[in-house]
Amino acid sequence: MSDKDQMEPIKEAKAKYDERVAKVLQKMPERKTDFANTSGIPINRVYTPLDMEGFDYLKQLGMPGQYPYTRAVQPTAYRGRFWTMRQYAGFATAEETNERYHFLLKSGQTGLSVAFDLPTQIGYDSDHPLAQGEVGKVGVCIDSLWDIERLFQGIPLDQVSTSMTINSPCAVIMAMYLAVAEKQGVPFDKLRGTVQNDILKEYPARGTYIFAPRPSMRLITDIFAYCTKEVPQWNTISISGYHIREAGSTAVQEVAFTLANGIAYVEAAIAAGMKVDEFGPRLSFFFNSHSDFLEEVAKFRAARRLWAKIMKERFKAQDPKSMMLRFHTQTAGCSLTAQQPLNNIMRVAFQAMSAVLGGTQSLHTNSYDEALALPSELAVQVALRSQQVVAFETNVCDTVDPLAGSYYIEKLTDEVEAQAQEYIDQIDRMGGAVAAIEKGFIQKEIGASAYRFQREIEKGERIIVGLNRFQTHEDKLTGLLKVDPEVGAKQVARLQELKNTRDNAAVQQTLAELKTAAAGTDNLMPPILKAVKALATLGEVCDTLRAVFGEYEAPALI
Amino acid sequence: MPEERKIRVLTAKPGLDGHDRGIKVICAALRDAGMEVIYTGLRQTPEQIVAAAVQEDADVIAMSVLSGAHNYLFPRVMELVKEKGINDVLVMGGGIIPDEDIPPLKAAGIAAIFGPGTDTSDIIGFIRENVRKN
Repeated sequence: MSDKDQMEPIKEAKAKYDERVAKVLQKMPERKTDFANTSGIPINRVYTPLDMEGFDYLKQLGMPGQYPYTRAVQPTAYRGRFWTMRQYAGFATAEETNERYHFLLKSGQTGLSVAFDLPTQIGYDSDHPLAQGEVGKVGVCIDSLWDIERLFQGIPLDQVSTSMTINSPCAVIMAMYLAVAEKQGVPFDKLRGTVQNDILKEYPARGTYIFAPRPSMRLITDIFAYCTKEVPQWNTISISGYHIREAGSTAVQEVAFTLANGIAYVEAAIAAGMKVDEFGPRLSFFFNSHSDFLEEVAKFRAARRLWAKIMKERFKAQDPKSMMLRFHTQTAGCSLTAQQPLNNIMRVAFQAMSAVLGGTQSLHTNSYDEALALPSELAVQVALRSQQVVAFETNVCDTVDPLAGSYYIEKLTDEVEAQAQEYIDQIDRMGGAVAAIEKGFIQKEIGASAYRFQREIEKGERIIVGLNRFQTHEDKLTGLLKVDPEVGAKQVARLQELKNTRDNAAVQQTLAELKTAAAGTDNLMPPILKAVKALATLGEVCDTLRAVFGEYEAPALI
Repeated sequence: MPEERKIRVLTAKPGLDGHDRGIKVICAALRDAGMEVIYTGLRQTPEQIVAAAVQEDADVIAMSVLSGAHNYLFPRVMELVKEKGINDVLVMGGGIIPDEDIPPLKAAGIAAIFGPGTDTSDIIGFIRENVRKN
């Protein structure tokens, strides 16, 4: 395509086209003077081979399953099997959530994804004063091994892959999961799944941190080291751009800040004595799929290529698996409207299609009622069906990376990658992702983008159907899920029962051992596993770690 | 004539919820509208919020909760507001608040609840009309 003889006629044709456009514009101006995507990248009227001068197919795309994996990480992609359909779910007690899991598995879902309530995510038991009003609200409440056992009642852990959105107390929940597997008689090397275990995005975007970055990084690398040996099929981290995007970033910022965090984890693991190819293949990612359809497709492709280069060139990985960016996607929660909520079904379907055309390995589709409440069973079913329609009816999965070679998609993929690389260089100059977070750089960049987005909506420059245009009088949505207000009291009673029946001296002994280990440098997974098996609670384990590591105090940045 | 004192708004995220996009956007909008904004950050207890409001001599307390814990947190803030005798402070809330929860929250003294999709100019207008009325 870079052949000059071929380009000349195209240049002439383009010049004529531009002349013609100039005339047309005099009579009929375009809808806007400036066209741009959410990352602020200008969008041209038309893309041609002229935009691909110097394009090198093998270098920039390669074959599916071949470096730099722009087209796919796996040679046959969805012709082999579809992505894992995985709906994030959890509310109230372990029993209620277990019931929802059985419903989802019966509906054709192919993996589980556990949502924990906020006290669990921040390492507080349900009877902690700060847990008041929060128990079982945004996810399931877990205080001890008892609860995790109930959560997976009737679900053989060698038959499902389980993703768990847990970060700061990840080691504790992971240990509880392993203890359940042991009780079920499932060997650890048969376990498949993912823990989020991504603390760095919690500081600027999601907020469920306990400890400061440094001790948190140790917990993370301890999990890497432990699972590499003991739970080899487990994805030890899900480096997440999802929440960065939800907090208001652009698509470019989502890629940049996520991969910058990824670089920080790789560096931390290497500093802890591991080799890049030991843990590299088990790193996984998590992205958002927002409403700018083609920008999102390009984003996924750009992220895949950029990570492959980072792992190969920067970290000298040798194992191709270390270079493959495998990712989960969730459609954009922040794009859902409380107004005319049924419109959200369409938004979610388009976003799901973007994720699939971008080659996601697993997908959560949001439910139409989620701007109003946790999803009802009906809404979840529609969301899951939307994925099934994409998979089974649209036929987009029958060829790998079908949008490749589109002048626009390839140009945009290059632009997203280049702009993300610029951010990563800037973060490197600040001393890496941890330093950039400590300086508040990431927080400020995200905040500025969020405010710009809101201003565009309020000025009418960005149209959200049903919100700032095409508003209608509407009846209220009914059938919303309501979490039983008694769940907190029930859970506190259960916790009391646990404390009355377990061997408290044994618990204290395991916690004392954990404290000694935390003050030293041993891997913390074995003592945590021992503690949770003795029925130490999540809060007790986290308090033990708090006593050694202290707690992080976030500056209020705006 | 002395220059009129700027409206002072204390903004807060009560409880454990980490979704702060909304409150930060509102902070920026209120600031652009000429108000003084004091953002207290994540994980504030009702006690901390009311103490900060007293200390900062706030005219308005604006809170955001997306975790569903509003039925505990908002009324608790109102109790403390009354206890501290700062009844002239305008207290508002926002987030994912189901419709049926709004009347009891208003009965507890929350002046207004703003849900998803609210235009920031509506919030600014509400504050200007209702601040320092008592």
